[in-house]
Amino acid sequence: MTQKNKIQAGAVQRVPNLHPTAVTINDLDLYYGKTQALQQINLNIPASQVTAFIGPSGCGKSTLLRCFNRLNDLIDSCRINGEILLDGRDIYAENIDVAELRREVGIVFQKPNPFPKSIYENVAYGLRIQGINKRRQLDESVEWALKGAALWDEVKNRLNESAFSLSGGQQQRLVIARAIAVQPKFILLDEPCSALDPISTLKVEELISELKSQYTIIMVTHNMQQAARVSDYTAFMYMGELIEFGTTDQVFTNPRLKKTEEYITGRYG
Amino acid sequence: MKSFNKWIADGTPWVWLNAAAVSASVLLVVGLLLLIGVRGFTHFWPLEIQEIVYLQDNGEEVVIAGQIREEENVTAQRLRESGLEVDENKQFVTRYLLKIGNRDIGGQDFRWILEPSIQSIKKPHSMTVFEREEWGVFIGRLIAVREAGQLLGNADTWVDFQQRLERANELRDEINKLKKGSIGTVNYRLERLRLRQRSLEIKGKLAPVSLGDIETEREALKAEYKGLEEALARLYAKLQRDAVVVTTAAGQELELPMSSIVAAHRPNQMGLIGKIGHFFHNIWKFVADDPREANTEGGIFPAIFGTVLMVLLMSVFVTPLGVVAAVYLKEYARQGLFTRFIRIAVNNLAGVPSIVYGVFGLGFFVYTLGGSLDRLFFPEALPAPTFGTGGLFWASLTLALLTLPVVIVSTEEGLSRIPRSIREGSLALGATQWETLWRTVLPMASPGIMTGLILAVARAAGEVAPLMLVGVVKLAPALPLDGNAPFLHLDRKFMHLGFHIYDVGFQSPNVEAARPLVYATALLLVVVIVLLNLVAIQVRNRLSEKYRGLES
Repeated sequence: MTQKNKIQAGAVQRVPNLHPTAVTINDLDLYYGKTQALQQINLNIPASQVTAFIGPSGCGKSTLLRCFNRLNDLIDSCRINGEILLDGRDIYAENIDVAELRREVGIVFQKPNPFPKSIYENVAYGLRIQGINKRRQLDESVEWALKGAALWDEVKNRLNESAFSLSGGQQQRLVIARAIAVQPKFILLDEPCSALDPISTLKVEELISELKSQYTIIMVTHNMQQAARVSDYTAFMYMGELIEFGTTDQVFTNPRLKKTEEYITGRYG
Repeated sequence: MKSFNKWIADGTPWVWLNAAAVSASVLLVVGLLLLIGVRGFTHFWPLEIQEIVYLQDNGEEVVIAGQIREEENVTAQRLRESGLEVDENKQFVTRYLLKIGNRDIGGQDFRWILEPSIQSIKKPHSMTVFEREEWGVFIGRLIAVREAGQLLGNADTWVDFQQRLERANELRDEINKLKKGSIGTVNYRLERLRLRQRSLEIKGKLAPVSLGDIETEREALKAEYKGLEEALARLYAKLQRDAVVVTTAAGQELELPMSSIVAAHRPNQMGLIGKIGHFFHNIWKFVADDPREANTEGGIFPAIFGTVLMVLLMSVFVTPLGVVAAVYLKEYARQGLFTRFIRIAVNNLAGVPSIVYGVFGLGFFVYTLGGSLDRLFFPEALPAPTFGTGGLFWASLTLALLTLPVVIVSTEEGLSRIPRSIREGSLALGATQWETLWRTVLPMASPGIMTGLILAVARAAGEVAPLMLVGVVKLAPALPLDGNAPFLHLDRKFMHLGFHIYDVGFQSPNVEAARPLVYATALLLVVVIVLLNLVAIQVRNRLSEKYRGLES
């Protein structure tokens, strides 16, 4: 394959994982109209671990993240070649129910985006979509999800208040609770802490570490320290290409490529 | 020069300009409301009756009584030119417009009099204004009350009169209740029966058995009708019992049947509080009563009712249609040349003159759709049209069409204000596009939808031109909402405040009497629109309060 020569990286990315593979990406190209946003991505993401995508702005890490639950479908001009396998299933196959897929792949955005409903209804939203309307079942799931997102103690007495009455950090954890309430297998985090203050950031980071035992977590971050603190694996992307992938320890302490080292040490970005 | 430029640059003149523009707008609006308010409401104030000894042009001295409705200065020159003798030294002459009533005697109920020809003015306490069923008011003195032809010899005629009037009014209420209630219902059912028979005839299914049924039913109804008619006749006979003897200011004596008198008051005896009470009483009657005498007397209740009902129906038609159209345009349709073209078309539709909608409503809704409906569903009533003529339904639909662009545009704006992240958040939880729309996007866009509805209501309530073609009438025999099933009669013609203004103002035989009513009706129309809008704005504010996090 010519691409492998070009980016001299194909072999590098396919590091033998110590963990079972959850996501396999093969030869992924993505175009917005005529612009190519992702080029020949090949990657295996391990299950039940935190994988961080790092790289300068516009390098395509968010775009790649949004491929995993097909949110890019919403953009008319977006076109995709190659395949993405989630647990061995090609999610761009024709017979895939996109709503079903998105239920399995929760996502949390940069800015908290709670619905203009009560705290309770925000968490129950995904369940109601699935047709669960029994009060007892909802109560249990909401409590479980809020506890899972480490928010229960702060909101248990005000579940019927508007979600907007929460602070930014609480809102972000509410959004995480909303995502885990539908019991996904994957959680995608798109710069989850960039709009939060340091204390809220800390809480969310702790939460991420707790959640990884049950979910495969893939996060995009600008914050190198955060990637180093939270993630187990790190992928460095640049200009729509995957440059280097490895365990976080290895990428940060002993990068194989010069470009990675330059970025990590802050020479550009 | 430099300081002038600096003055221009620092924006002070713009602030002044803006402030001036705002002040001018506020002044105009307040001025408008004040004008129609004052002109309209002074009509209801009980003016005192002046008894005037007046020297007529022919040298004859007459006694006239009336209320001074207007006062103006005319140049003496003008009067001289029209052949009147005016004092040489005078430049200006004041003249008064006197409401003298008694149209049945004098032929006209308003009269201009010149101030110099007035010999004396008195305000006798005994002067009374009688409001009558026809011929306008009677102004004069109450002399005696007659009961069944016998003169009542009591000391206080006024008290006698009041008692008899009260009785007459009770009887009249009873008659009205009978006419509109039971008799109306029987008539309605008879008509239904006729239509049923006719429809069976048309279908060729008129078996002797069902004909017999219909006949028995008809007989029963006719018997009921007869009974009611007799009851009505008895009431009328009772009503005819009393009469009053009155004299005009000039001394002419005549007898008015009590059945013709609606109310009476003596403004010269009233204190301030009495007058204020009477004022509000008059306003209430104006709002709550049916019109009399070619709409120049009585109230405008049916017009208020018709306006409000029509606007409500219009809202019911336009909201779902506009919202669905906007949702398709914004959410589902692939954005491109075609959607852009549709948007331009919708925006242009908002600029089409309303009378054009009226013509369309008449040609398409009334004649084409209504005609087909009649042939399909109401063949028994033909050749009399049911929906093939203007009516409440077609009027509301026409206005719904007229206001559709406003609702579409505001809904689209409301939809585009919803952040992308909310939609993505919902989709990411496994909701389909439809579920996302229904559960989050539409509720959040509801303030935008309400804004559209507010604009639509404001526009629709004030429209007159298209309505004249599709269902508004000068005087509707019945309200479109009553106690006979199916209660809401969409095929009926109705009255409308805007058209009422036009009718009273320009089609009325009695200009002087109608003028204050035009102002009062105009004010009422404004009040109705403001009230409708306030309700809608209240609803919108609640909604935006509920979804207020949107802006942050």
